[in-house]
Amino acid sequence: MKLTWFAASLLILITLFAIFGPLLSSHSYYETNLSLKNSPPSQEFWFGTDELGRDMFTRLAWGARISLFVGIASGCGDLVIGVLWGGIAALSTPKIDNLLMRIADILYAIPYLLTVILLMVVMGSGLFPIILALTLTGWIGMARIVRGEFLQLKEQDCILATISLGASRSRILFHHLIPNTLGTIIVTVTLTIPVAIFSEAFLSFLGLGVQAPMASWGTMANDGLPALRYYPWRLFFPALFISITMLSFNLLGEGLHHAFDPKSRR
Amino acid sequence: MLSTPNHEDDILLKVENLVVSFHSSRGKVDAVRDISFSVHKGENVAIVGESGSGKSSVALAITRLIPTSMGTIEQGKILFEQQDLLLKSQKELEQIRGNHIGMIFQDPLTSLNPTMRIGKQIMEGAIKHHKLKRKEARDQALTLLHDVGISNPDKRLDQFPHELSGGMRQRVALAMALACQPKLLIADEPTTALDVTVQAQIIALLEEIQKKRNLSIILITHDLGIVARFAQHVLVMHEGKIVESAPVEALYYSPQHPYTKRLLSSVPRIS
Repeated sequence: MKLTWFAASLLILITLFAIFGPLLSSHSYYETNLSLKNSPPSQEFWFGTDELGRDMFTRLAWGARISLFVGIASGCGDLVIGVLWGGIAALSTPKIDNLLMRIADILYAIPYLLTVILLMVVMGSGLFPIILALTLTGWIGMARIVRGEFLQLKEQDCILATISLGASRSRILFHHLIPNTLGTIIVTVTLTIPVAIFSEAFLSFLGLGVQAPMASWGTMANDGLPALRYYPWRLFFPALFISITMLSFNLLGEGLHHAFDPKSRR
Repeated sequence: MLSTPNHEDDILLKVENLVVSFHSSRGKVDAVRDISFSVHKGENVAIVGESGSGKSSVALAITRLIPTSMGTIEQGKILFEQQDLLLKSQKELEQIRGNHIGMIFQDPLTSLNPTMRIGKQIMEGAIKHHKLKRKEARDQALTLLHDVGISNPDKRLDQFPHELSGGMRQRVALAMALACQPKLLIADEPTTALDVTVQAQIIALLEEIQKKRNLSIILITHDLGIVARFAQHVLVMHEGKIVESAPVEALYYSPQHPYTKRLLSSVPRIS
């Protein structure tokens, strides 16, 4: 429980950093200063500067904006597509259910990185293609979980009682099934967000993601890699932020899972 | 006790040659095998039988609640007010369920939605079928809760199901089923999951409401003690067939079918 609160407060801190970070520093993320390149952390540049003399603190804050935005946007995309797809599958006839879930299986069988890279090649790199690509590959887990939960709930008397009162399918879906699955759904979203954040960082690290001068944690880590021996802070800080964010989301998800599931409470 | 009316035009529900089968890994299994019966207006009919005799399948088949993935109604007619429910579309069925036919189920602990307040659950049907405003529906829910004997109804409206006891939840389930003034109430083992004193209260409540609203009730149970007190007509089901159909006195004093005799003699007596 304490760990969950710790993770939640870390996430709040990162969010605050993303919102107010750029305002705190007097530098912008694209402003270069070649005479001050690769300077170590100091009072002027809290996290040092990169090979073009740009302020790492500001760039990291911008990176946080991008990472959180990508994570939350593709998490929401997964949520909408996954819940609808899984829900429709669970509530349809077995034939349609089978069809929908086999489509999901086929999509799942294609390595997700391949899908993402292909999409990025077709659509070009940028924020929107990343979010779209991550959503298109990420909803399947959600759809499966929601379908499983719905199939289980559907057999319960309270749903039967609702149908016996003449409720329509959409009413059963939105007023009875989804509220009863909300715990699981929230946990799943909390656990897909870090996956999306990491994927974005990874793609940017490979050079497929956000392009310079926009700063993403992945791009910054990639830039810092060759200079690791001489200017370690250039890799250390982006890597630290990626790790902390991933860890916090995972801890939060785990904590929420225990909080929502009465059986796992100690 | 009401004398059983026998006029044809008094018939509310007529089931003819109903066959229901379920799919299993070893092929089709007939759960209900060619049964026919009718329910008159204001009449209490009990369907008794052991577990697996097909009595719940009959209840689910009447409102077409058997999931297509599990079973199908193979043949027969279900005439409710002279209209065959088997010919109705899904949309038309939604209009009939709850509005004309109400149902309550065995386990009150699972038959209410745990994430929705009691009041909202009761109001749902009336808002859908009678297009009531929220305020009117709330007032109606309040009266219903009062009618089914729940104390402090205005407080209960805003509580969640887990805050109520089993007997109270069954009363709430009954209030839900009654919200649209249905003509037929199907009670599928409404007392099985409750303890004996609460069972008696629920049955007394059903009787009271039946008289007040001139409902017809189909009571499905394996408890012969309840049947003797409650029903006017009894159908005994065994292996998917109706083996005996008789007025309640006739059944208890001179059971005709050997299975009925065995069923009656299986009731433990303390004497």
